[in-house]
Amino acid sequence: MFRLGLIINPVAGMGGPLGLKGTDGEEILELALKKGALPQAPSRAAHVLKALSQEKDKICLLTCPGPMGADTAIQCSMPFETIPLKINQKTSPEDTRRAAKMLQQRSVDLLLFVGGDGTARDIGSAVGERQLCLGVPAGVKMHSSVFALSPHHAAEIALGLIKGRRSQPRLAEIMDIDEEAFRADQLRARLFGYLPVPGSQRGLQLLKAGSSASEKAKQQASAAFFVEEMDPNRLYLIGPGTTTRAILQALGQEGTLLGVDALRDGQIIGKDLNEKDCLALLDQAGFEQATIVVTPIGGQGFILGRGNQQLSAEVVRRVSKKQILVVATPDKLQLLRGSPFRLDTGDPELDRQLCGIYRVLTGYRESAYYRAEL
Amino acid sequence: MSDKTKSRDFHQARWNEPIIFDLSTPGERGILLPEMEPEIETSAGDALGELPGDLKRSSPPGLPEMAQMRVLKHYLRLSQENLGADLNVDIGQGTCTMKYSPKINEQFAASPQLSGLHPVQDENTVQGVLEIMYQLEQFLKAISGMDRFSLQPGGGSHAILAIVSMIRAWVDDRGLSDTKDEIITTIFSHPSNCAVARAKGFKVINIYPDPKTGRPDLEAFKEAVSERTAALLITNPEDTGIYNENIKELTDLVHAHGGLCSYDQANANGILGITRAVNANFDFCFFNIHKTFSSPHGCGGPGCGVVGVKEHLIPYLPVPLTSFDEANNRYYLDYDVPKTIGKIKDYYGVIPAMIRAYAWIRSLGAEGLLEAARVAVLNNNYILNRIRAMKGAEVPYAEGEHRIEQVRYSFQLLKEETGCGFDEVQRRICDFMCHLWSSHEPFVVPEPFTIEPTESYSKQEIDEYLAALEKIIEEACATPDVLKTAPHNSPIHHVAEHEYLDDPKLWAVTWRMYKNRFEGYFEPKKEQ
Repeated sequence: MFRLGLIINPVAGMGGPLGLKGTDGEEILELALKKGALPQAPSRAAHVLKALSQEKDKICLLTCPGPMGADTAIQCSMPFETIPLKINQKTSPEDTRRAAKMLQQRSVDLLLFVGGDGTARDIGSAVGERQLCLGVPAGVKMHSSVFALSPHHAAEIALGLIKGRRSQPRLAEIMDIDEEAFRADQLRARLFGYLPVPGSQRGLQLLKAGSSASEKAKQQASAAFFVEEMDPNRLYLIGPGTTTRAILQALGQEGTLLGVDALRDGQIIGKDLNEKDCLALLDQAGFEQATIVVTPIGGQGFILGRGNQQLSAEVVRRVSKKQILVVATPDKLQLLRGSPFRLDTGDPELDRQLCGIYRVLTGYRESAYYRAEL
Repeated sequence: MSDKTKSRDFHQARWNEPIIFDLSTPGERGILLPEMEPEIETSAGDALGELPGDLKRSSPPGLPEMAQMRVLKHYLRLSQENLGADLNVDIGQGTCTMKYSPKINEQFAASPQLSGLHPVQDENTVQGVLEIMYQLEQFLKAISGMDRFSLQPGGGSHAILAIVSMIRAWVDDRGLSDTKDEIITTIFSHPSNCAVARAKGFKVINIYPDPKTGRPDLEAFKEAVSERTAALLITNPEDTGIYNENIKELTDLVHAHGGLCSYDQANANGILGITRAVNANFDFCFFNIHKTFSSPHGCGGPGCGVVGVKEHLIPYLPVPLTSFDEANNRYYLDYDVPKTIGKIKDYYGVIPAMIRAYAWIRSLGAEGLLEAARVAVLNNNYILNRIRAMKGAEVPYAEGEHRIEQVRYSFQLLKEETGCGFDEVQRRICDFMCHLWSSHEPFVVPEPFTIEPTESYSKQEIDEYLAALEKIIEEACATPDVLKTAPHNSPIHHVAEHEYLDDPKLWAVTWRMYKNRFEGYFEPKKEQ
C-alpha cells in the first residue's frame, strides 16, 4: 500500500479573489471572511482526491480531521485514517506544522499539502528536507517551486508514484514574500528552505524533462568547472542555493545553504554573511578582484533580490556586471521555458543597468550565455 | 470531411509473437544442402582444412534453428505490429525528414550488381561505384557551393565528429591549441555538437534563443565570440523551423576572430536550391543524405552524413576521397590528403545511401530539387496555419511568421486545461494509424511536438493527419480518459514511463542481457 499523507490548509487562497494578496495572519483572515471570502483549498483538494480514487485500493490515506482533510475525503468517498490532531474551528499555521510532523512520524511515502507559500513554509519548518512532499496550488501566492502546475498535475504526479513510477527526489525552493509589503504593492521575496519533491516529473512547477543523469551530478559537473577556472587570488561571494552549494562541496567546504559565504583560494573565509559583511569583504579585496556567484530561483529565474537579499543593491553596485557569474544546470534553464533571468535588487535603476547577457556555468567545461530582463 | 480524409477504422495486428530464439528447434534448417558428389569432394578436398585453427569456432554459433517459412512468418507478424514508414502518416516525426524513398532507388541499392561487390576488390573492377561516388560529390558541391566532400561518415553525429576532428587538427596545426579552446553552438542545433566538441577537448558555449524571435540571441552571441573561439557549429533553420536571416553576421563575426564555421545541414529539405552554405560564408557543411536525399531516416537507413569543406580545409579531410585520373580515364580511392584526420569508416562508407541519393538527385534535376523544397515549405505552412487554429496548441516564438520545413509546437495549454499533453496525444494518435514522435531535446518548449511534412505527403494525407489531431483534442476536452488509457487499437496497451529508460539496470539491449535480467516480458527477475 502507498502511504499518502494529506494536509489541507482550508483558509489558503481565500484572500486572493478579494484582492487581499495573501491570507497569512489572523487579521487578514478576519477581513477576508468579513468580505465574504469562500474556501478555495477544499475544492482543489477534492479535484486531486477524485483523480486518485481510481487507485484507492492501493492507497492508505492518512489525513487530518475536519476541514484539514477528513471532510474532503468523505466527500470524495475516499477511505482514510485520521491522525489524532486536535484543531480549533479556526485552523492555524501551528496545526499545519503539527500535522506535518505527525504524518512524517507515520512514515508516509508522499505528503500532499494543499495551500500556498505560507503553507509550504509551515510544512518545510516541520519536516525539513527528509520528507517527500508535493504542493497542490491553492494559495494566493505560489512563488515556491514545490507546487505542481495545477491540482490536475499534482494528481498525475501522485498517481505515477502510487503506480510504482521511479523518481529521484529533487530539492525545490520554498519561497515566500513579506505579505505586509506585498499588500502595499512592494514585492520582497525570501528563500525559506527546501523540500524534496518528486524529480524527473512532467507537470511539476513548469515542465521538467526526464533526464538520465541526476540533477545532483549536473550540479557537481558545473561545480568542477568552476573549481577548474577559479582564480586563487580572487574573492568569491557564493550566494544561496543547492547549485552554488555544490561548489563549496567540491572544495570540501561546509557552506550555508540559505546564506552567502565568502571563498578565497578554495577556503571559506566568511560564513552566512549579511550585507555589511559582504561590503567589508569587497572593500578589503578591491572591487575588481571579486566575483558574485548566484543561481536562478527554479522556475522563476530571479538571479538577484529573491532569496539572496544579502547581496543587496549596495553590494551589487560595487562590482561590474561581468563580475556576476551565474551557475545553473541545463534543466534549471529549461525550467524557465525560454523566459529570461529576472532582477529585483530593490533599486530599479540598478536592475535596469544589470539587464543584458550573463555567462552561466551549465556543466563541466560547458557554459551558456543567457539574457536577464526586468 | 471527405472520404479521402475521414478516419480509418484501424486496428493493429496482435500476434503475441515469441522472440525468434524461443522459436528455435534443434536440427531444424532453412536449407538442406545435398551431399557432396564424390568427384567434387575428390577434386576440392577439404575446403575448410586450410583455415588457421584460431579462426575456427570451437562451438557452433548460438543462432536460432528454423525453417524458411517459419522465419518469413515470424518477421511478417512482427512487421504488422509496428507503424511502418510505408503504412502510416509519419509527418509527426519532425526533424527526421520522413520522405518517401522511391522503391526503384531501393532496387538499385539492393541490386546484385551492387550487393555482390566485395569491399576489397581491385579498384579497376569497381569503376561503376566509384563513378557514382565521384558524380554524387559533384552534385553535392553544386548544391552547397563547397569545394570538396567526404562521403565517409555513417550519419549526422559521425559527420559532426569528422568536422570537429578537422577543427581540432586545424587549431593544433597553427599552434593555437592553448588559445583557441571554445566551440560555440546553439541550444536548438544538433544535440551531438556539445558531446563531440567536449570529446575533442574543447569547451562548449551554448546560445539560447531570443524569447521573441526564436533566433539565436545576437547580443549573447556577440558576448560569447572571442579570440578563444575555435569554431561555430550551427543549424539554420533550427528545429523550430525559423530561418535566421542574420546567419552571415554570425559567421563574419567568428571569422573576424580567427575561428571556423560549420553549417549543420542534416536537414536541408526546405532550402535546396534556395540558399547554399557558401552564401553565408561557411567553411564546413554536412548533409544527412539519408534524410534529405531519399534514404529513409533511422532504422530504415543506414545513414550517411557527407561532409563538405572549402578549399583551405581540403588537406584535413578523412581518407579516402574519390578522385578521377583524367590521364588514365579511371576513378580511384585517393589517400593523398596531406594533413588528413585519417580513416573514419571502413571501406567506402555507406554505399546504399549514396546510390539512393545519386538516383534521387538524377531523377529530379536542379529544378526538381528546388520544387521539392518549395512543396515541403508549402506543406509545412499549410499545417502551421491549421494547427495555429487548434485549441490547446501553441506555436512558440516568431509570432505570425512563416516557417521553413518544420515547426516545434507545444501542447502546454492543452495539458493545463485538460490534463492531456504530448504523452497522451502521442499514445492516442497510434489509434489513427499516425505517428507523433517524442524526442525533442532540449525541452525548452514545454509539451513539445514537431511536425515536418516534407514534399512527399499529399494534401489528403496531411488533412487525414490533422483531422486525427483535431479529433484527439476534442476528446481531450470531453473525454480525457480516452487519451489517458490509449492506445486502444495497438497490440501493446501499456507504455513504460520515460524514467524506466533512464535506469541502466533495466536495459536489455541484447538477447543475452534480456535472458540474464528478465524472466518474462517486463517482469524483473526476482532478487536472490
